[in-house]
Amino acid sequence: MKLATGSHTGTGTWLVQRATAVVLAVALPGLILCFLAAWPTDFAGWQALLVPRWSQVLIMLTGVALALHAWVGMRDIFMDYIHPVRLRLALYLAVILTLAGSMVWLAAILFGTTPGGTP
Amino acid sequence: MAKRPVYLNLFRIHLPLAGWVSVLHRISGALLFVTIPLAVWGLSVSLSGEDGFRRMTGCFSQPLPRLILLLLVWALAHHGFAGLRHLALDAHWGVGLRCARRSSIAVLLATGLVTLFAAWRLFA
Repeated sequence: MKLATGSHTGTGTWLVQRATAVVLAVALPGLILCFLAAWPTDFAGWQALLVPRWSQVLIMLTGVALALHAWVGMRDIFMDYIHPVRLRLALYLAVILTLAGSMVWLAAILFGTTPGGTP
Repeated sequence: MAKRPVYLNLFRIHLPLAGWVSVLHRISGALLFVTIPLAVWGLSVSLSGEDGFRRMTGCFSQPLPRLILLLLVWALAHHGFAGLRHLALDAHWGVGLRCARRSSIAVLLATGLVTLFAAWRLFA
């Protein structure tokens, strides 16, 4: 039987964590500084920030890197502190659903039929 | 042989500075995880229309949401700086005791500066 938990899944996730960490170390300060520099005071200005395709794609890619990074991190925390296997798997599932749901939602906001979110 | 402690009381363990940076890295990481769905929700509301945008900006003009925002700035800054330190340690850079201690101080200082700056921008 393949074990659902244990130390055999570590190297791949470790690499994912580090790779996404490097991406986020560049992307998050970049995005935050861009947004702060162009700080909009009204709705139209806010919306305009998210209309260019490159801005949508950058935000989405950063979001996916963030979700993957958060998954590995939460998994590490649960591996250290939550020992009953059933509870741990339930928490894994909750984290995966939260992150996947957030990313689907983000994609819908960015690329939905109403670009930038206008109704 | 010296007498060893038989229980681990978290309040009696003297954690070295690098240990504090590490623990705070975890706490800030968990905090940032919780923020992800909330941030997407906030983005959704703020883009839902003039009304939603005004609701969001109105919310963040209140002191309590601003305090929470400041906490998140701290979390992101600490997690980022401590994470960079981690990446350096992965590359076997700065693993010596003195160097690791100094980089821990640097992480705490840099985080403190960013948080102070954010506090000034948010509350002054």
